[in-house]
Amino acid sequence: MEKTINITLKVWRQAGPNVKGKFETYKLDKVSTDSSFLEMMDILNEKLLSERKEPVVFDHDCREGICGMCSLYINGHPHGVDANTTTCQLHMRRFKDGDTITIEPWRSAGFPVIKDLMVDRSAFDKIIQAGGYVSVNTGGIPDANAIPIPKEDADEAMDAASCIGCGACVAACKNGSAMLFVAAKVSQLALLPQGRVEGARRAKAMVSKMDELGFGNCSNTGACEVECPKSVSISHIARLNREFLSAKIKD
Amino acid sequence: MWLIDSSIGRKLIMGITGVMLVVFLLFHSIMNFVAIINPEAYDAISAFLGANWYALIATMGLGLGFIVHIVYAFYLTVRNRIARGNDRYAVTSTPEGVSWASQNMLVLGIIILGFLALHLYQFWSKMQLVEVLHMAGVHTPEEDLLLATKGAHWVKHYFSQPVYAVLYIVWLVALWYHLTHGVWSSLQSLGLNNKTWYPRVKKISNVVATIIVLLFIAVPVFGLLEAGPLFSATSTYHSLPTL
Ligand code: HEM
Ligand code: SF4
Ligand code: FES
Repeated sequence: MEKTINITLKVWRQAGPNVKGKFETYKLDKVSTDSSFLEMMDILNEKLLSERKEPVVFDHDCREGICGMCSLYINGHPHGVDANTTTCQLHMRRFKDGDTITIEPWRSAGFPVIKDLMVDRSAFDKIIQAGGYVSVNTGGIPDANAIPIPKEDADEAMDAASCIGCGACVAACKNGSAMLFVAAKVSQLALLPQGRVEGARRAKAMVSKMDELGFGNCSNTGACEVECPKSVSISHIARLNREFLSAKIKD
Repeated sequence: MWLIDSSIGRKLIMGITGVMLVVFLLFHSIMNFVAIINPEAYDAISAFLGANWYALIATMGLGLGFIVHIVYAFYLTVRNRIARGNDRYAVTSTPEGVSWASQNMLVLGIIILGFLALHLYQFWSKMQLVEVLHMAGVHTPEEDLLLATKGAHWVKHYFSQPVYAVLYIVWLVALWYHLTHGVWSSLQSLGLNNKTWYPRVKKISNVVATIIVLLFIAVPVFGLLEAGPLFSATSTYHSLPTL
């Protein structure tokens, strides 16, 4: 049996990067609780189009929680209240009939608004370009078990690698700090023998790019970890600190 | 210079100065506890830590640590606010598991700083400073000089006044909050944490904060209750037997 709810949306509308934005209120009736949050946004945009109004701009791509494109600060939480859930995996059954839902873009100096709910997250790409890779000599494919890796290390590297680069950590942080993202990217490589080799150079390059792009300092509040849709742990931040400090002290 | 320009370098300084202050507080709180159970022993400690070279060097190091901690506190906070940007969220929430203290370290620090001024005036300026000025040739009344080594006298003097006892308790509560986040946060900033130790480090932080604050708070509480060898009506403690 399909259930439907009537909701009120307060959506941030902003025409461009340097324009002042404001909230617009929209009413949406008979939204199926089976629809996803982004499907609800599609319904809103269909409605706006039919009224010859401009649709709301928001980011999305895979809609299955793996690409990191979706964003949205929903009722005070990046990706909404559900833990370990991206906005695209959030469903309308989490809301009640008559609810007012406030939808805002990520707000952080490092992520300027492009339009409406879409922000520019290219700063993350620049941080990755600064060192978030392994320089490889292409050759023959090595044997699968040529390099033994302890299970715990492999597990922790995988946990770090689950970061989808969505930026919710920055959006959640009172300091607009990107430490959880950078820590995840540094950790996933530092824990494995292939990435270990360039560990020191990588930590220094990525942190200095992060600072240069204007992200804040980490106060260790832990808000990022709670809001991260992939529950990346801030214990990776301790590893990043260790990597960076030991690299600097060695210099 | 990476200790100023890089975010992790700045936090290293914050963490090191923070740990320095925590270690100092641990010593200070243990000594204070002595005051309420054995005033004469406390006076002996006060005399030992008067105006001599080792106590003065330690005091200067401590003062420097404080100043650096406070300067960095404001520096970090300004940078963080710029990084956050001017646009605020209309709806905010503190996610579960995020401590209030962790998001209000500066406010707590400023409360601590305000009381610190009172505290330095009430104790340090009556004790070590008097001795230093005397050594520098400033004329000092003999009674002031005698009392400069009688820590327990000053403790008794202020904490038998309920106003001060209550004020110090408020101060110590702010300190407790600052430390519950501060201790584990400094370990995290220095990179001394991992997945296994994360919950333990947080517990250690609470335990350290609580031990320090309980030791300190015993002094004004004993004062309010007029209890113990220092504050009770039958106290045999006399600061100035010869005068
Ligand atoms: C008794 C004195 C104090 C002690 C023992 C102490 C201890 C600490 C410790 C251990 C930390 C954690 C450092 C880290 O995160 O790496 C910290 C952080 C902090 N302290 Fe203090 N502190 C004291 C006084 C003050 C004062 C007077 C102020 C400011 C006016 C202050 C402001 C701060 C701030 C803002 C932070 C957080 C820094 C951040 O956002 O990362 N503290 N403190
Ligand atoms: S650490 Fe979590 S919140 Fe931050 S970018 Fe990666 S997945 Fe998103
Ligand atoms: S749209 Fe790809 S993770 Fe949400």
